[in-house]
Amino acid sequence: MPDATETQQSSPLTGQPSETSPAGQPEREFTVPERSQTQMILRRFLQHKLAVASLFVLLGVVLVAFVGGALWKYSYVDITADESVPPSWEHPFGTDAVGHDSFAQVLRGTQLSLGVAVLVALFSTIVGTVWGSIAGYYRGWLDTVMMRIADLVLTLPLLAVAAVLGHNVGGSWWLIAVVIAGLYWAYVARVARGVVLSLREKEFIEASKALGASDMRIILRHLVPNSLGAVIVNATILVAIAILIETALSFLGFGVQPPDTSLGLLVSNAQTAVSTRPWLFYFPGLFIIIIALTINFIGDGLRDAFDPKQTKVRE
Amino acid sequence: MRTSETTAVPAATTTGEPVLSARNLVKHFPVRGGGLLRRKVGDIHAVCDVSFDIYENETLGLVGESGCGKSTTARLLMDLHPATSGDVYFDGTSISSLSRKQMQRTRRNMQIVFQDPYASLDPRMPVNEIVAEPLRIHGVYDADRVRQLLHTVGLRPEHGNRFPHEFSGGQRQRIGIARALALEPRLLVLDEPVSALDVSIQAGVLNLLEDLQAELGLSYLFVSHDLSVVRHVADRIAVMYLGKIVEFAPAERLFEAPAHPYTQALISAIPIPDPQKERSRQRIVITGDVPSPGNPPSGCRFRTRCPKFANELSESDRTLCVEQEPELIDRGQGHPAACHFAESAALL
Amino acid sequence: MLEVDDLHVEFPTDDGLVRAVRGVSFGLRRGEVLGIVGESGSGKSVTSMAVMGLLPDTARVSGAIRYDGKNLVGASDKEMSTVRGKRISMVFQDPMTSLNPVYPIGYQIAEAILAHENIRKDAAMKRAVELLEVVHIPNPEERAKAYPHELSGGMRQRIVIAIAMANRPDIIIADEPTTALDVTVQAQILEALANAQAETGAAMMLITHDLGVIAGQADRVQVMYAGKVVEAGTAEEVFYRPRMPYTLGLLGSLPRLDVRSERLTPISGSPPSAVNMPPGCPFSPRCPMAAPECDVEEPPLEQGMTATHFAACYFSADVEGHTPDEIFRSTEAADAASGSSAREGSR
Repeated sequence: MPDATETQQSSPLTGQPSETSPAGQPEREFTVPERSQTQMILRRFLQHKLAVASLFVLLGVVLVAFVGGALWKYSYVDITADESVPPSWEHPFGTDAVGHDSFAQVLRGTQLSLGVAVLVALFSTIVGTVWGSIAGYYRGWLDTVMMRIADLVLTLPLLAVAAVLGHNVGGSWWLIAVVIAGLYWAYVARVARGVVLSLREKEFIEASKALGASDMRIILRHLVPNSLGAVIVNATILVAIAILIETALSFLGFGVQPPDTSLGLLVSNAQTAVSTRPWLFYFPGLFIIIIALTINFIGDGLRDAFDPKQTKVRE
Repeated sequence: MRTSETTAVPAATTTGEPVLSARNLVKHFPVRGGGLLRRKVGDIHAVCDVSFDIYENETLGLVGESGCGKSTTARLLMDLHPATSGDVYFDGTSISSLSRKQMQRTRRNMQIVFQDPYASLDPRMPVNEIVAEPLRIHGVYDADRVRQLLHTVGLRPEHGNRFPHEFSGGQRQRIGIARALALEPRLLVLDEPVSALDVSIQAGVLNLLEDLQAELGLSYLFVSHDLSVVRHVADRIAVMYLGKIVEFAPAERLFEAPAHPYTQALISAIPIPDPQKERSRQRIVITGDVPSPGNPPSGCRFRTRCPKFANELSESDRTLCVEQEPELIDRGQGHPAACHFAESAALL
Repeated sequence: MLEVDDLHVEFPTDDGLVRAVRGVSFGLRRGEVLGIVGESGSGKSVTSMAVMGLLPDTARVSGAIRYDGKNLVGASDKEMSTVRGKRISMVFQDPMTSLNPVYPIGYQIAEAILAHENIRKDAAMKRAVELLEVVHIPNPEERAKAYPHELSGGMRQRIVIAIAMANRPDIIIADEPTTALDVTVQAQILEALANAQAETGAAMMLITHDLGVIAGQADRVQVMYAGKVVEAGTAEEVFYRPRMPYTLGLLGSLPRLDVRSERLTPISGSPPSAVNMPPGCPFSPRCPMAAPECDVEEPPLEQGMTATHFAACYFSADVEGHTPDEIFRSTEAADAASGSSAREGSR
């Protein structure tokens, strides 16, 4: 094809002189300056005040749990001479009947709970997304078989399975994470399949096929970026869910085993002491709520940030 | 009237072999029941035995109402759906016989522009990347080419880093056209390219398509439900009803002397933006809705809504309509129409 | 009968104040069909929603809508409900949204009657069947028991029309009643609307983007652009002797079924965004006739050669009698090169 400018000048059909001066005419007043996609996502996220605040709070919790836990003068296994003292400068969260420093235990519990949560989110998101995308993209019998398997997993009562497995294989925290993830990937798979099913019917996917794009290219260049938002949002929700489930399991006695501890176990142990030593109950409870809430808000912020049609950031 | 305004018939403007031919295209979509096995319970007869040729530098209009199979036909040509039977020939070679690699080469020669400029562009890709995608797929990426393409369709290359949602409908459709042009195709399938646009913007896109055709010698298959637009752009027009072509004629001929009752009804149903003309027009009104393509009527598919069948035909004539499917042949009107009792009428 | 006077509708949004309707005045006479035509974002639908009192609570409405001695702007929901559905009824673009999917259609029509009239239920059902017959539904007795999803789009729209005429309203507002339908069905629906109008003697506001529909149905035409009426007159006046460049441009961009047009004349540029609208005529950036004064003050809607014909343009006299080609041709080429096309207004 000849150069476009030349073509237009010599166009036999239109041949107007004014057609040769395109530069002088602004095509449209764009109201926003041009930005890259990461910049835009970042801007939209920063616009979400609650999410940004939550992010800072969560980072603070992570920092305190991991760095603070290492620096604190007591370890979670240390037994101090002070038994059942209320919060003081020596023991900010008080101590329990044995003499464990409650602050050290909450920090350790937070480490474990976060570890479980992140592992669950990562594992189930990766497995679930791949599983669901393949089922949704290829459809047909493959879809039927894969989704029936996922449905089967979903019918398993999570607490019962986790309790049985947790009881038999022992209470290592990462095993608990694997058990929870092993059941939760199916939820992610359903979400991912739904997203891919609706995306693959979009005309831009058809357009790519018409251009001769391979399945690989369509999945990597179009389906994955477009489902990223939904997947990430889902992952943050999973983090929150995993923390709560780990808490529930430990509370029931099927999770982490002493002397190790988790937030759920701490709450569980303290339940009888709510009226006499409330600090043992409220501090770990507070951490559970803070973590679950902040992660949910961050999820909200991410969902808005990943929606390219969000125009709230316009100046 | 006919002689005074006769424009060139395709045979005169085009020479040699067709760029693309469709032969007896059939597409059935299975209808599946619920349940674990999702047993097939029937077929949607979307396209039934459709054949046509598109020659170099000509525009073939494919017209019909929703569900008539025109968009499915367009997708069959692009090999986006596999045809149930029938063949598409590009430059005389059947595309179903091509290897993957050969098909890839053929794809460079035929491209498609979709109806909905909001859905046909990946919302997460900047415009430059959207236009560059065909070049990358075929390993001929060149940044200058992208700028040039944007310029060709009347967009400013400086805006190439912006995302589709920042553009208006008309501009997005231009982006879609730029993408389709990237590989220098010989044929563009235009699937309702202006239906989603406002009138004043639609005109600009139609003019652009006209200019491109003149400059690049493209052939178009222009699929649309809007007869006014098709009259404006097409050299020849095929009218579809329930998966079949019911009438096929040079554009001017179709409007001067439509022979099939459905074409006549379609023409008289489209309002003309001229109060006096519009109010004094002769109308052929048809009743009811299009029957389900899952269970089309026997014989002539239009008979359930046909005013001729209902009001003019004798009992024995009707039996013919019910029992025998009318072929798409010339019955003395100068062009083929799929009606046993085809009769030209002047409606405009 | 209905009088709209200096109607303004504004929506506060994150982007700023969206001025959807900016001073619209018109009257509707008994039994007439008023066609309102405009592109998306021109404010035509918002105007009709304001008349029906169906705008969201965030909308700021000012001006007056006088009907039957009452001002409907600011009327309470209770007051509105005595008017809405009974004296003024509406036909929407998508019939599925105005029908309740879980009730049979006959029941829904009867409901509409019972909401405003104190009659027995079986009498209402009988009326419902009669109404179905008026809108040409075959086997109305049987069809009354059908659910909306069992009917085709055209049939559903007939049901909506039947509901709209159920209480013999004074005014029927039809907002893009045929846009979602096929042309052959559109013809049937337009006929059903015309019948409904004749049957009830109601006046009709027919809102559409399709100039052809307007040409066939409307007695008077109102062209809207950027939240204002820019031209008003009888159908003949507006179609044959437009006095506003925008109207002329619209007619020129339209491919015609009845004549073979060599080349269309699109309007260059884009409609202004409804946020931060500049002063002056909203069409001037796209107008080939624009002069400096156009950007200073918005031209008022002024009477033209006849008592019924109004246009909001300083150069109306120069527009009248010209073809779109003569006025717009010069700008089209520049447009094609610079790639202007409109942004479909922010709604």
